[in-house]
Amino acid sequence: MDTFQIEHLSVTYSDGTESLRDINLAVQANQVTVLFGPAGGGKSTLLRSLNRLNDLDLGVKVSGRVIFHDQDVLAATTDVIALRRKVGIVFARPTPLPLTIYQNISYGLELTGEKRKQQLDQAVEAALRQADLWEEVSDRLNDPANSLSGGQQQRLCIARVLALQPEVILLDEPTSALDPISTAKIESSLKQLKQDYTIILAPHNTQQAARAADFAAFFLQGELIEYGPGKEIFTHPKDKRTLEYIEGRYG
Amino acid sequence: MPSSRLNWSEFIINRLIQLAGFSSILFVLLILYFLLSEGLPALGMVPLSTLLSTRWYPIEGYFGILPLLLGSIVVTLGATLVAVPLGVCTAVYISEVAPQWAKEVLKPLVEILAGLPSVVLGFLGILILSPMLRNFLSLPTGLTALAGSLLLGAIAIPTIVSIAEDSLNTVPRSYREASLALGATRWQTIWGVTVPAARSGILTAIMLGIGRALGETIAVMMVTGNAPVMPAGLNALFLPVRTMTATIASEMGEVASGSAHYHVLFFIGIVLFIFSLIVNVTASTVGYRRTRRQERLLS
Ligand SMILES: Nc1ncnc2c1ncn2[C@@H]1O[C@H](COP(=O)(O)OP(=O)(O)OP(=O)(O)O)[C@@H](O)[C@H]1O
Ligand SMILES: [Mg+2]
Repeated sequence: MDTFQIEHLSVTYSDGTESLRDINLAVQANQVTVLFGPAGGGKSTLLRSLNRLNDLDLGVKVSGRVIFHDQDVLAATTDVIALRRKVGIVFARPTPLPLTIYQNISYGLELTGEKRKQQLDQAVEAALRQADLWEEVSDRLNDPANSLSGGQQQRLCIARVLALQPEVILLDEPTSALDPISTAKIESSLKQLKQDYTIILAPHNTQQAARAADFAAFFLQGELIEYGPGKEIFTHPKDKRTLEYIEGRYG
Repeated sequence: MPSSRLNWSEFIINRLIQLAGFSSILFVLLILYFLLSEGLPALGMVPLSTLLSTRWYPIEGYFGILPLLLGSIVVTLGATLVAVPLGVCTAVYISEVAPQWAKEVLKPLVEILAGLPSVVLGFLGILILSPMLRNFLSLPTGLTALAGSLLLGAIAIPTIVSIAEDSLNTVPRSYREASLALGATRWQTIWGVTVPAARSGILTAIMLGIGRALGETIAVMMVTGNAPVMPAGLNALFLPVRTMTATIASEMGEVASGSAHYHVLFFIGIVLFIFSLIVNVTASTVGYRRTRRQERLLS
């Protein structure tokens, strides 16, 4: 089943950079789809288009269609708030809000109007457990979130997204600021999470791409070069440029 | 030997900077000493009960500073009530809501307003504000505590806007993006994340604005009617008052050096000094506590 049906998507920034050119891609539900390729390929731009975060970049021009639940996400009439609750994002650098650990997770829920303490408590605990962070923070939920280590902060950001019970989780190089152990923790929780969520990941290197991918899409300078099951792309890519990129990284 | 030359110049630069630092401390201490040595004798020359009475009429020996003290407080509080909500909202508007071109126009405009000489504003107060108040509220005179409050508010607003806007600007973009990405609206993000994150800067801005209002002399002298009557009750807002600053400025010129009146004026200066000290210390401890906590978190 498709979650996102991306059709002829092009994105141009206000300075004229054409960051995505005519992208066509169907993202499968409950799979990890990996967007990989060299820097500036447009991976972040694509992720930020899927939950309309690039609305925040002034003067950005988006054309094409992104179908999600039979609706065009890019349409002016889209309820952006509801969309962002369904399509959560985790950024490259941990971005805890200047609140406590607990509040970082309850924040999104309270915005939906949830006020009941017991409900919030349960949701916070569940989200922290899912992100594999509960054991480490259960006795310090009221500490400021930026007292956590970088890896913990990143898992907090994942928990924060999970608490909203989204359908899709976008991850933009979520481990680029982390050490190998935190990276492994996050990768293993991704494997768990894909049972319940659709995951779209811009990995921070090709090894991670190959490890995580059910499906993989190779981006080069704003174009989608090749898309298919991860196994095929990373072993027998059809396009020469994909092969060169993968081999370059594998040495 | 280059390395020892380097050390020498390091040494000299260090000393020069130290000297500059110490000299400003020295100046502050000298001023404080002068203020105390001229002001404290008032306590010996005028009984405390007189000082704390409600009548200020120095020619006949009535040195009650309470009306002046309350005058300052009323006018400053009024100014705070005007300036804080307006100033903070304006800062939020400029930093978070205004389109780029409006930002580029408003920010320099605010800086210009902050630099306007207060005499000029005092003129506007006399010529426009107080007649308006008189007609509008049908008062015997427009030169009232209210006029002073409004004018001082107007003087404090640019200070508050400018500093609060700076601190809103330093809130990382990632906070806003994270909040919006969690399904917050723009306003929920502003009140729930951006403003709290800039809280210490905004409080500093408010305190500096209050400090500015408290110390303002000329403008407030021009529009408050300058009558040292005791403000009592709410209707004091619609009567003339006189602040501590205005009293010192208008009477210092004609007082005999060394007389009781002279020393009492300096004593008022001490009181004023204590007031602004409280405001400034509050401003800096608020900021300081925040940075201390952040440092602890970062380490
Ligand atoms: N806000 C922006 N304004 C202007 N140009 C931008 C903006 N964001 C990205 N770009 C440009 O768009 C192109 C694609 O950027 P994007 O961040 O999507 O690439 P990426 O594949 O995520 O790269 P990386 O691997 O370095 O994260 C780049 O040329 C970049 O310079
Ligand atoms: Mg990127």
